[in-house]
Amino acid sequence: MTGRPLAWTREYLLPVVAIMGLVLAWEFLCWLARIPVWLLPAPSAIVEETWKWRDLLPGHFLVTSYEVFGGFALSVLVGVPIAIAIVYSISLKRMAYPILLVFQSVPKVALAPLFLIWIGYGATSNIAIATIVAFFPMVVNTATGLESVEPNLLDLTRSLRAGVLQVFWKVRLPWALPHVFSGMKVAMSLAVVGAVVGEFVGSDKGLGFLILTASSNMNTAMVFGVMAVLAALGILSFWLVCLAEYLVCPWYLRPKEE
Amino acid sequence: MIRLEQVAKEYRTRSGERIVAIETVTFDVEQDEFITVVGPSGCGKSTLLKLVGALVAPSSGRILLRGRPLDGHSPDVGIVFQSPVLLPWRSVIDNIMFPIEILRRPTRKYLPEAERLIALVGLKGFERAMPYELSGGMQQRVAICRALIHDPPLLLMDEPFGALDAMTREELGFELLRVWNERKKTVMFVTHSIPEAILLADRVFVMTARPGRIVATIAIKLPRPRSVVMESTPEFIQYAETIRNLVGRRTG
Repeated sequence: MTGRPLAWTREYLLPVVAIMGLVLAWEFLCWLARIPVWLLPAPSAIVEETWKWRDLLPGHFLVTSYEVFGGFALSVLVGVPIAIAIVYSISLKRMAYPILLVFQSVPKVALAPLFLIWIGYGATSNIAIATIVAFFPMVVNTATGLESVEPNLLDLTRSLRAGVLQVFWKVRLPWALPHVFSGMKVAMSLAVVGAVVGEFVGSDKGLGFLILTASSNMNTAMVFGVMAVLAALGILSFWLVCLAEYLVCPWYLRPKEE
Repeated sequence: MIRLEQVAKEYRTRSGERIVAIETVTFDVEQDEFITVVGPSGCGKSTLLKLVGALVAPSSGRILLRGRPLDGHSPDVGIVFQSPVLLPWRSVIDNIMFPIEILRRPTRKYLPEAERLIALVGLKGFERAMPYELSGGMQQRVAICRALIHDPPLLLMDEPFGALDAMTREELGFELLRVWNERKKTVMFVTHSIPEAILLADRVFVMTARPGRIVATIAIKLPRPRSVVMESTPEFIQYAETIRNLVGRRTG
């Protein structure tokens, strides 16, 4: 019991101390070396500059959030059924896997200009890019999860003459859920990348657009500020997936015996 | 009750090689008989159980249940594996009720039976516990309840106590005998422990490996109920000796 306050300090206080130390060192370095603000702005300068744009930021934040969550949702809606189809049909698996692999080896960021041609300028096109970038890990993780069911458990359902749908809803899908959630965590992070890339390529709204504009104006402080907001969006969206995981499959996150 | 006629099982490896898992066996199991199958690992004990449960089709021969061929349809059977394989998202009671749901039988009718089984294996008070809150032995007790809930006449157990420590193992063995005594069932119980095989069984099937075959069937004439002290009786030691020789002779 004597070790507990120390453990608590280590777990929560040390990370905060480390981050604050880094920011302070950064601030001090900029001041000491007189680094020009267009090259590397000090944290204080970043906050100051970003504060000036406080009326503009929420709108762009919402646009990017919409694209991220839209792309994420679509990647789940497309990825999970594809994974189910692959797991249940060997022929489909043989057909789909090579295509998926070829597709996966194309740097999907390079597809962004294509979507500009097909869908046009704006949020819809960026959602499509986010989806394309995010859906592959959804397919792979969900398929892995569905296939990881304990063979003995499947024998048990067979001995009870369970139907295909019963096995799917009562055994395979719940069994795969932890894998689905790890797929979702990757997909969510990738959806942020996809949305921002989409905004870089062609958009007049969103945090990616804001970064591009700020950098072309040599407003480095603003670039950093928007990056911080983007990081916050990334952390928030990731945390939402973790929360959903905790609510949907608590059994998986509890400490296990032995 | 169960009859295997000239049943054999072969597997084919990827390279096309034929592996004989079970060489032609013929045997009968009587109604409510407790059969243990003992043998070294890789002798096809599990395959034998899967054949009886129609989870694996025989390469040749027939399996009859009450005189009628199985033809690939699983008999009304309860199965317990070496690992409990509970559904981790379900509580103890919901895990036990799983077969009832799959069989689409009325839940309400079977809940009292689930409660009785839970009490019978000493898990009273743990109905709402989740599998990860239970020890290995407790999880295996839940698995046994799950195998019994729909009251199948046939119980297949594939090294059910193999992953447990020696003390829990012995305890569960006697618990199983008590359960079997209360609700008579035909049991086929696979193990690689010779004392366990003798202590539980009416008859012991002794198997050897490569190819898997039943080399002897030994009727155990120890009185019931069985107890630990029987393990030091001359008869018990004689049975153990016989079985050890049979298993050892073929495998070296």
